[in-house]
Amino acid sequence: MIGLLPDRLYRDRRIAWAAFGVLAVLLIALPFLVEAGLGRTWVRILDFAMLYVMLALGLNIVVGFAGLLDLGYVAFYAVGAYFYAILASPQFGLHLPFWALLPMGAGIACLFGVLLGAPTLRLRGDYLAIVTLGFGEIIRIFLNNLNAPVNVTNGPQGINMIDPVRIGGHALTRPIEILGVQISGPHAHYYLFLGLTLLVIFAAIRLQHSRIGRAWAAIREDEVAAEAMGIHTRNVKLLAFAMGATFGGLGGGLFAAFQGFVSPESFTLMESIMILCMVVLGGMGHIPGVILGAVLLTMLPEALRYVGPLQQELIGRVAVDPSDLRMLLFGVALVLVMLFRPQGLWPSSMRARELRPDNPDQVRQEQESLYDAER
Amino acid sequence: MDVLLQQLINGLILGSLYALVALGYTMVYGILELINFAHGEIVMVGAMVSVSVLAALTAAGVPVALALPLALAAAVVVCVVTGVLVERIAYRPLRNAPRLAPLITAIGVSIVLQNLAMIFWGRQYLSFPPVIEVRVYDVLGATVSNIQILILVVAALTMGGLLLLVNRTRLGRAMRATAQNREVAGLMGVDVNRVIAATFIVGSALAAVAGLLIASYYGIAHYNMGFILGLKAFSAAVLGGIGNIPGALLGGLLLGVIESLGAGYIGDLTGGFLGSHYQDIFAFLILILVLTFRPSGLLGERVADRA
Repeated sequence: MIGLLPDRLYRDRRIAWAAFGVLAVLLIALPFLVEAGLGRTWVRILDFAMLYVMLALGLNIVVGFAGLLDLGYVAFYAVGAYFYAILASPQFGLHLPFWALLPMGAGIACLFGVLLGAPTLRLRGDYLAIVTLGFGEIIRIFLNNLNAPVNVTNGPQGINMIDPVRIGGHALTRPIEILGVQISGPHAHYYLFLGLTLLVIFAAIRLQHSRIGRAWAAIREDEVAAEAMGIHTRNVKLLAFAMGATFGGLGGGLFAAFQGFVSPESFTLMESIMILCMVVLGGMGHIPGVILGAVLLTMLPEALRYVGPLQQELIGRVAVDPSDLRMLLFGVALVLVMLFRPQGLWPSSMRARELRPDNPDQVRQEQESLYDAER
Repeated sequence: MDVLLQQLINGLILGSLYALVALGYTMVYGILELINFAHGEIVMVGAMVSVSVLAALTAAGVPVALALPLALAAAVVVCVVTGVLVERIAYRPLRNAPRLAPLITAIGVSIVLQNLAMIFWGRQYLSFPPVIEVRVYDVLGATVSNIQILILVVAALTMGGLLLLVNRTRLGRAMRATAQNREVAGLMGVDVNRVIAATFIVGSALAAVAGLLIASYYGIAHYNMGFILGLKAFSAAVLGGIGNIPGALLGGLLLGVIESLGAGYIGDLTGGFLGSHYQDIFAFLILILVLTFRPSGLLGERVADRA
């Protein structure tokens, strides 16, 4: 969890280790605390929060690190989910092992990313946004209609009874007793997702500070200058896009196994927007911010369900269905954050400076140099 | 042969609708170099407003000849107000921000519009009131309805008006100057902010017309209709060369014809594997192909690959 705590704390080794210890104990105890305080449903919500942290970190590579807008992220998520669902369910009677399919699904998603990114990334970033938007819709059309003449995706009904994750022959959905502690399905998935999330966080941090990560930042800030410095911009952008797609595919496989059921309904544009919202709200390019954004935006909509009874109390009827409010609020959040706090709730110091330069002179100077570059 | 002709006619009518919407994208892009994601939603607002006003008026016994123009006027007013507000709130403050910022607000705004429409009008389809008695004419073995002819005429008139506005008026000249170089146009005494606002006003008015026509074409309006429509119209604009007004016309008509022919023949082409419900993928395929092989579009100059 490097980066989650202020730097000065790391200077003292003992404080750092103690902090890690406390954090680790908290994370391990979290599902039990949540179950005791809020009930079993919230443990499931916690699982989804972890899943969304992984997805948001994947999208963050594209949007936050490389500065490319990907509006069809959920398409890669869908590819990963359906890949696992088709090969590990009664749909074709295939039951291939989870741990083999997961990386393969991520690989397929990556391949789709390359196929989509290669023609578009030569052009300006806007095109990527619209092409990914279209791709998300196309994937959904195929998922909805590929039930005839050969039934591949089972159409709008979706695929049911997908194999759960197995670890050493034990299906994670079944409760198990370890050292006298009863571990239910949602709890077990929490630990699995937590472990994978930590891996993803580690990978994201390492990527950010790698040669490639610096190249992404350079491209994001000034593509012309980056190219002049010898960065092969198209390939490096393609790498970011493909990497994001890979994480999406990974999340999809986990989602299918966790949920046991996939249908095209789960992969709408709104889902992409929600993940984008997590990245933007938390702080584009800042890993702890994105984690915060993902956790917040998974939890908050659950709190919206209390809005219905509240309306009942205040104005005597339910004027607006709370579930209708969810996307509206996400849209409003996107606009407001970009207008008033483009660096997000928990920004990285570098990105904050870049998105909100503090003196007007600097802005003018940058613009002038841009005009020079365009000439 | 009759089938082919029929598909061509259907395609042209559909294409003229796409062209109307594509104009809105291309005008804004030409001036701001911004993909106005919300444009499809503005068309949706136009469709919803015109259908509900028309339904209310005809229910109140207002004659059709009066109700139709009134519904159109209401749609134009609402769309223009929405379009100008969107520009003011979501785009203008970010005009000098990094490119990602206005793209994100644009998508945010379209989500907001979509969901507001859903809350306001509900999730059900609004059906276009049967105010015009459908008459079908026979043209060389293919059939054309009077509504289709009306759509074609209104679309052609609107586009002709737009061409006149852009090429023959003072405002049009200011628009073209701003599109070429915003800073220099400003130095030459063009009030750039007003020109941009005017562009949004004209684009939104076109969207209102398109909304009414599309609702009458499909017979329904729905809060969700703007998204895929916007995507297609944008593809049409790219096909013709984004930022280029005749290009948007050409792209729209071509896309309509390709879609119509494609949907008609995709079954035969793929041996029955893919059916006509894949109609929506053509716009996307065209978008990818154009971006791969000719990013500047059919009529565009080299604007697309400017860094």
